[in-house]
Amino acid sequence: MTGESSGEIPLLSFVKDSVHGPVLEEELPERTVVLGIGNVLLSDEGVGVHAIKALAQRYEETKQVEIVDGGTAGMELLPLLEGAHHLIVVDAIRCGQPPASIVRLEGEQVPAYFKTKLSPHQVGLSDVLAALAFKGTIPGQVVLIGVQPVKLSLGMDLSPEVNARLEEVVSMVQAELAKLQCRPAISQNLR
Amino acid sequence: MTTRITIDPVTRIEGHLRIDVEVENGKIARSWASGQMWRGIEKIVLDRDPRDAWTILQRICGVCTAVHAICSVRAVEDALKLEVPLNAQYIRNMMLTAHAIQDHIVHFYQLSALDWVDVESALKANPSRAAHFAESHSDWEGNSYAVMAHTQERLKAFIGSGQLGVFTNGYWGHSQMKLSPEINLMAVAHYLQALEVQRCSAKIVGTLGAKTPHIQNLAVGGVSNPIATDSEGVLTIEKLMQIKEQIDMIGAFLHNCYFVDVAAIAAYYPEWLRMGAGVNDFLSTSDIPIDTKGTRFMSPGGYILGGDLSTFRPISRFGDTYFTGGVAESVKHAWYTYNKGAGELPPWKGETTPAYTEFQDDGKYSWVKAPTFYGKPAQVGPVAAVLAGVAAGDRKTISYLDRLNEKMSALSAEKIEPSALNSTVGRHAARVIRACLSYEYLKANWQLLMDNIGKGDMTTFNQPIFPKGTMMGVGQEEAPRGLLSHWVVIRDGRIANYQAVVPSTWLAAPKNDKEQLASYDVALLGTPVADPARPLEALRTIHSFDPCLACAVHLTDVERKTDIQVTAL
Repeated sequence: MTGESSGEIPLLSFVKDSVHGPVLEEELPERTVVLGIGNVLLSDEGVGVHAIKALAQRYEETKQVEIVDGGTAGMELLPLLEGAHHLIVVDAIRCGQPPASIVRLEGEQVPAYFKTKLSPHQVGLSDVLAALAFKGTIPGQVVLIGVQPVKLSLGMDLSPEVNARLEEVVSMVQAELAKLQCRPAISQNLR
Repeated sequence: MTTRITIDPVTRIEGHLRIDVEVENGKIARSWASGQMWRGIEKIVLDRDPRDAWTILQRICGVCTAVHAICSVRAVEDALKLEVPLNAQYIRNMMLTAHAIQDHIVHFYQLSALDWVDVESALKANPSRAAHFAESHSDWEGNSYAVMAHTQERLKAFIGSGQLGVFTNGYWGHSQMKLSPEINLMAVAHYLQALEVQRCSAKIVGTLGAKTPHIQNLAVGGVSNPIATDSEGVLTIEKLMQIKEQIDMIGAFLHNCYFVDVAAIAAYYPEWLRMGAGVNDFLSTSDIPIDTKGTRFMSPGGYILGGDLSTFRPISRFGDTYFTGGVAESVKHAWYTYNKGAGELPPWKGETTPAYTEFQDDGKYSWVKAPTFYGKPAQVGPVAAVLAGVAAGDRKTISYLDRLNEKMSALSAEKIEPSALNSTVGRHAARVIRACLSYEYLKANWQLLMDNIGKGDMTTFNQPIFPKGTMMGVGQEEAPRGLLSHWVVIRDGRIANYQAVVPSTWLAAPKNDKEQLASYDVALLGTPVADPARPLEALRTIHSFDPCLACAVHLTDVERKTDIQVTAL
């Protein structure tokens, strides 16, 4: 569905032109968004944000790969996700698994996951995805890397258990990016 | 016969609001609004550097990041009596108003419209008649036959693919849905257009704030945007011209689309101008400061008692003692305990000590505290702000209310008197007026910034100095959902206490010490409920307040049951 221009509503051309500038089709890169969501004030609830921050320290963003700290935002995420070809979400997920478990959902499983309310901020993201689906600009492929939280109490640090698996979460995101053949540039900090 | 209905969660956005109502003879007879997550975010900033608080507190809520961030720096600046350079005020004002416009648009189209618009019915519409209707009431460019026909096709494909379920809480085919298929189709077209336009606002906040959804450019004492007329990477004239383009696009949509749609909803659902009245005392604050001290404002605010505009008393400056002396919070029915036992506490002396019990109808039942103004609950929000504007004789506010009535007169004999704003549909009317006012303020602050830069003033920051000893400050803000205040106590340069009294706290509060109800409960009483299994009427009223409890309360530890199977790796 992604990238189809025929399905777009033929109006508000002025918005499109001025916001984005006229873009030629061949110039459009395959765009992947890595979105970390969660509340960093509630310890493991923020694991998604911690993970993408770790990822962002290693990689520079490019036109192909954007790394987004979504926090607990709702509709504000819409312009960031719109027209992305691939979306990788990292989030805390309460799925009845042992503490600090990591799960991977993809395809049909992801909307199913978002319809159930496993974490407080999903209502926002599910509405964003619904709106994008309605517009016909939902990312073609959505993968979710989830971590079962250990601790959700007030605090800005991850629990030791989840922290110990953070590296694994980051590696899984890197593996997803590799599968998509997109490799963000190595960060200047590490060069 | 009494039927108990529990709606949990109510919100289409973040937060865990629960509503319990008892329906007797088809009407709501008792109501308990409650927050089912623990509040206590403020504790996280204790003993921290007050200059850092805003970066943490903007994480209270994913929707209102910039709103909390700016309120937090205002609180610290008030404590220090620190003046804010004009450029910084203008830049902050632009971020606040751009955000407010986005929030209002999203609230109406994405979060509330589906309570009034039957999406499935739009399939039956005649696109040509829909376009004719829309074009006869506005010259909005997105009303053509091509748009209506295309929207209907897209909707067909979408419903055909079985994805409609992703819209939460849609009550298609409910007996209380009253718009014709054509108006429903028009509304669906505008729903999609609103998605396009709201990102103009996001772009303004992003350009000024360096990043969305979490802005980076604030500082206690100003903003960190260096201004230059030539160099790249700072706030240049070129960037400001791009912002102006976005402002103009937003204006066209607000005036020709949003404004007309609200008039249509009010015209076709006039009974909802007489239902859903909340608390009849109103509290708002002056905002959009245009001097360095926070004493001159574009947006008037204050207190109105008993809905009588002649009682209006302005809150005329940041840190106004009339305001700071009036606010206190009760926890008699909230899951907290105070050291001194019973009674209310002013926010500067506020305590956040949890004391959970079960949900007790007559005892404690909510994580939301109950704020009062001089001992009484107050309704905050766009209605309070618009009424303050009318009471203060603000020309712009009055003119937008008149224009809304003009639009209405083409559709219906109904008129929206100021008193009718305190109703379910009245809140949408007040909100579109506030959206248009925010646009006026945005445009005006853009011009003020340009002019001030033109005079050669590039200052954006005053250095804060923290003396030894204890000082208190309040940050006030007329946020999209209403009055927001952050209260800080600073001791020897560290935060000793911090409390946020947020709009949803005023509205969704449990009963206070005097057993008085807050606005959600007051508004629900007497509301008819046609079908207890699908309590659309209750949702219309609650959604009209735009409930967002993310900042009022927080944290859930409930393991929710789920049908999906997942495997640990």
